[in-house]
Amino acid sequence: MPFKRYVEIGRIALVNYGKDYGKLVVIVDVIDQNRALVDAPDMVRGQMNFKRLTLTDIKIDIKRVPNKKTLVAALEAADVKNKWESSSWGRKLIVQKKRASLNDFDRFKIMLAKIKKAGVVRQELAKLKKETTG
Amino acid sequence: MAPQQRKPHVCRNPDLIRGVGKYSRSKMYHKRGLWAIKAKNGGAFPKHEKQAVAAAPAEKPPKFYPADDVKKPLVNKRKARPTKLRASITPGTVLIILAGRFKGKRVVFLKQLTSGLLLVTGPFKINGVPLRRVNQSYVIATSTKVDISGVNVEKFDDKYFGKKVEKKKKKGEGEFFEAEKEEKNTLPQDKKDDQKSVDAALIQSIEAVPDLKSYLGARFSLKAGMKPHELVF
Repeated sequence: MPFKRYVEIGRIALVNYGKDYGKLVVIVDVIDQNRALVDAPDMVRGQMNFKRLTLTDIKIDIKRVPNKKTLVAALEAADVKNKWESSSWGRKLIVQKKRASLNDFDRFKIMLAKIKKAGVVRQELAKLKKETTG
Repeated sequence: MAPQQRKPHVCRNPDLIRGVGKYSRSKMYHKRGLWAIKAKNGGAFPKHEKQAVAAAPAEKPPKFYPADDVKKPLVNKRKARPTKLRASITPGTVLIILAGRFKGKRVVFLKQLTSGLLLVTGPFKINGVPLRRVNQSYVIATSTKVDISGVNVEKFDDKYFGKKVEKKKKKGEGEFFEAEKEEKNTLPQDKKDDQKSVDAALIQSIEAVPDLKSYLGARFSLKAGMKPHELVF
């Protein structure tokens, strides 16, 4: 029941509403009870309501409101991108994006692959069944 | 030099707001270089002689004046041109037909005819759709393209697909009717040959891509969970 992800300077959060939907941002300062100052390498530093953010497990080591160069360096040093993309949450998002961008032909190819895989699994299952009952 | 491309004309006097230009009359005079043209011409703006107007032949007064004014129809300068093709439809695009006998079939686009309809082929061997015309509105364009360079579609136009005009037969009864019906059903051999020649090159380029042949042979349908407004075609 205790909280594990805290709002603190350096916490990486995912934007879940608005123009920057889906971006990873760093909390660089807390403005008041509801808002944080937020920054990312590809956006202008600005305020965001906490309701628009979802906290992640990742935290980097920065001082309060670093300049862009320091921020980018700190992100590189902590290897945030790779940590995110290898986390199960990050991987899920990547798969969702891929699925949404599929072509009609891609969907057809995936259907063929699924059928093929199911066929192979069923064959193995049949073999195993035969062994145990035989 | 090759025929010169005209550069789009840039405005010398941009609008501050509608109706008010940035530069005053005197500034524009200077910008247009009218001073240089005058200087070249010795102080006055060059003019040319007015062309002598040929004297119009004397018109006779009309013999007849209509009692009421006849209304002239309004002038119509519109030109008939084929429907604008969507940017996503280029020769070789795979289209999904949405209505008619072949609804759901995935088909290869060949060219747009002068009537605006799209010329399309299955290919026939793959999914049973022959060379056919289809309206752009009843079609979804996918982003899959087939290489269409080996295909010659010059000879197909709207007349090729029009209904054949029948010679008027003398009025007969009974046997006559049956004889007519038998003739209509078969497709002329030259149309079959056209289909084969168009499809031969197409099928080769289709078989070069894995799974494309079975893709074109399968029909499209919406399954559970598919949201058409979110699908990328």
